[in-house]
Amino acid sequence: MTPFLDLTDIDIAYPPRRVIENVSLRMDCAGIGCLLGPSGCGKTTLLRAIAGFEPLQRGSIRLRGVELSRPGWTLPPEQRRIGMMFQDLALFPHLTVADNVGFGLRGWTTAERRARVHDLLRLVGLDEYARRYPHQISGGQQQRVALARALAPRPGLLLLDEPFSSLDVALREGLAREIRAILLREGIGGLLVSHDQFEAFAFADEIGVLRKGRLLQWDSAYNLYHRPVDRFVADFIGQGVLLPGRVGEDGRVLTELGEVDGALPAGYAPGDEVEVLVRPDDVIHDDASPLSAEVAERAFRGAEFLYTLKLPSGARLLCLASSHHNHALGQRIGIRLDIDHRVMFRRGSGAGAVAGRND
Amino acid sequence: MEVDSPHRQPLFRWKRGVWARADRWSLLVVGVALALALPVLTVFVTALQPPGAVWRHLADTVLADYLWNSVSLMLGVGAGALLIGAPAAWLTSIHEFPGRRWFEWALLLPMAIPAYIIAYTYTGLLDFAGPLQTALREWFHWTRRDYWFPEVRSLPGAVAMLALVLYPYVYLLARAAFLDQSVAVLEVSRSLGAGPWRRFFAVALPMARPALIAGVSLAQMEALADYGTVQYFGVSAFTTGIFRVWHGMGDSAAAAQLAALLLLFVFALLVFERLSRRRARFHPAGNRRHRPARVALRGKRRWLAAAACLMPLLFGFLIPAGQLAVWAARTAPQVLDGRFLQLLANSLLLALGAALLILLLALVLGYGRRLRPWPLTRLAVWGAGLGYAVPGTVIAIGVMLPFAAIDRGLDGWARQWFGVSTGLLLSGTLTALLFAYCARFLPVALHGVEAGLARVRPSMDDAARSLGAGPRAVLWRIHVPMLRGSLLTAVLLVFVDVLKELPATLILRPFNFNTLAVRAYELASDERLADSASFALAIVLAGIGPVVLLSRAIGRSRPGYDAVP
Repeated sequence: MTPFLDLTDIDIAYPPRRVIENVSLRMDCAGIGCLLGPSGCGKTTLLRAIAGFEPLQRGSIRLRGVELSRPGWTLPPEQRRIGMMFQDLALFPHLTVADNVGFGLRGWTTAERRARVHDLLRLVGLDEYARRYPHQISGGQQQRVALARALAPRPGLLLLDEPFSSLDVALREGLAREIRAILLREGIGGLLVSHDQFEAFAFADEIGVLRKGRLLQWDSAYNLYHRPVDRFVADFIGQGVLLPGRVGEDGRVLTELGEVDGALPAGYAPGDEVEVLVRPDDVIHDDASPLSAEVAERAFRGAEFLYTLKLPSGARLLCLASSHHNHALGQRIGIRLDIDHRVMFRRGSGAGAVAGRND
Repeated sequence: MEVDSPHRQPLFRWKRGVWARADRWSLLVVGVALALALPVLTVFVTALQPPGAVWRHLADTVLADYLWNSVSLMLGVGAGALLIGAPAAWLTSIHEFPGRRWFEWALLLPMAIPAYIIAYTYTGLLDFAGPLQTALREWFHWTRRDYWFPEVRSLPGAVAMLALVLYPYVYLLARAAFLDQSVAVLEVSRSLGAGPWRRFFAVALPMARPALIAGVSLAQMEALADYGTVQYFGVSAFTTGIFRVWHGMGDSAAAAQLAALLLLFVFALLVFERLSRRRARFHPAGNRRHRPARVALRGKRRWLAAAACLMPLLFGFLIPAGQLAVWAARTAPQVLDGRFLQLLANSLLLALGAALLILLLALVLGYGRRLRPWPLTRLAVWGAGLGYAVPGTVIAIGVMLPFAAIDRGLDGWARQWFGVSTGLLLSGTLTALLFAYCARFLPVALHGVEAGLARVRPSMDDAARSLGAGPRAVLWRIHVPMLRGSLLTAVLLVFVDVLKELPATLILRPFNFNTLAVRAYELASDERLADSASFALAIVLAGIGPVVLLSRAIGRSRPGYDAVP
């Protein structure tokens, strides 16, 4: 089957600096993806390359099997049928809301265009604002106009360059979900650029984590959290600590909190010094447990407490506990480990290895 | 399709030194820029010929005069503009006195009067038969030999005339600099016990020096480019020399050599001006949001300040404009006839046509550079922006030489093959004139277009492209409507500049084609000053348009560099 979006071995450079190095990723169907990473990681550059604004030094970009970019050749953005929502929205200030939405509908008859604009404005709930100008509507409404405008020409793929970053958090997640629903209904693939993992989780089925121009992992949100392939991904996605340990004879890893099961990945041998990723939800508060740790910090989150615990060795651990378990600072509480997917890294290295307990 | 991908390899890479992948936009930009540079290039290439008999004759006789007069003009006008412009700017930008708000923009009004018009007007006012000398004789019962009166038609007279209408360049830039200066610096100097004079000379003036130099250089460039005033006053300067050698002696090489020499002076000033502007940016501006509280002048001082600001306005605008109005009222019945309307229509249509053409070219250059920000396109647009420094006389002969050559070639070819003469297809028609206007005034429009384009975020272009609009569609559907204001301003500025232009129009206008400026000049040269007033007044009235625009810019909080071309 032809993949929906296929990026192969991409390099992008602003000489002399290489911004994107050897990135490959594919989305098999018109689902919704996200490029996630800290600022300056090259995620926006990659998005702009897909839109046709940046040329490739190496590799290729294909959409539904049609090649859009290769070194020395870039199909102009206006011929790609790829919609884009911009960080600053880029609504045309001299056009009304309706004219903004209808901008991409050149070649349609007037009646078709009017109908399409009307449909879209109703879809985003702005049919009453058709005659306003962008500066006369609110930020959230502008966001919807930008969405409607990008969707109007029925693009095959919609690119979103941090379009929610100017909104407050509450509005942001709601709009992300709304756009997701619209894209899925219209059968349009979506690719979001974000530095906010919660936005990414709310929006995307597949997420790629980028760092310094390299794609570290392209996976589902669940796998990024539970099976990060890289120390950076483990650190960037979610919270957690790395607990030192040593690989034992049978492949178990011996840590301060006991043994952690899992199949030993290739390249590891008994006796290796490793670190095991421990997420807050891997640490169960259990008064019956023989192991205990001291509460060093606590953060109340309503339904739960996030405790920072200090182990006798001085190592720290995060523990998520129900808010019924209200413990004071300095108190020792019983804990046990319940790690579903053992993730470990060689001490002092970046690369990691994942092994589920049942693998 | 590969046509308009924005990010292919640069057209010209310095490192590799290869010409690679030219495309339509970059070729268009480079082509337009080269065409606009043609006059200057022609002048320099022609000037490289070995000096002929005429040049040797010039060198033996009048060249020293030209040099002396032009350099004196340059230095005198620079000093005069500085002495008028800087104090006026200091008073209106930092102090409060009666009429200050009004003076702030009214001090720009002299810009509306072309130098040659103020020269005729003062000649009429001050010569032996003029109202002033007549009145003096009547009051004191003098006769011709009883008194000495300064001759206005002289080198010092020309300096005074030019300084009176060119000081607004210094005023504008100095004003922007004073307003931009850190309040803290002035307040500190005050707390250290510096009085107003010391604050001006020891603090504000040195800090504003780059802006002052830039303003003076601009005024000096205009002074070197002036033809009408020096011609009318009989002062032999480079511009009149070029004209004389060209028309009177018919020696194009010697004219080009003179022009090249003049250009060297102009470019030296240009380099000076650019360097000063660059340095002006490095000056710490401090906290700009904190506006200085104006120093309120008290007692006698406030009236002195008002009087000091009134002087340049009085002599630079009110008196000459008033005199023109008096003359025009007297002669209008004879002058305002069908021929006047014809001239008016000629001038307006020519200026409008030129302004629109220039705007189009400026759009092509400005937008082309935005699309292809490569070294060669940048260089081309930068080069096209230098034309405003080139005197009209120089542009005119730089246009005439190649156009005449092309005409001769075409004519010869047509005679040979078809037995007909095509005559002067280019050099004898409006083509030559329009081309010269483009080369001279494109920078004015380009400045506006580029400033406007810079305010349109690049994501606007990208959004339109991702919605299926090609580069040209982006220009017409996004930029032009968004920049309407800037573009209108650019058209108006160029329109008025073309309306006022004298030397290039004199040299290049087709036979029997006349404009307001040329007619005013002809009548004044025939000593029919009063008759020329209606024409001159029409030009002055048109010139007030840009002054209004500039004064509106001044009304905004941070006026300045954008205001001067």
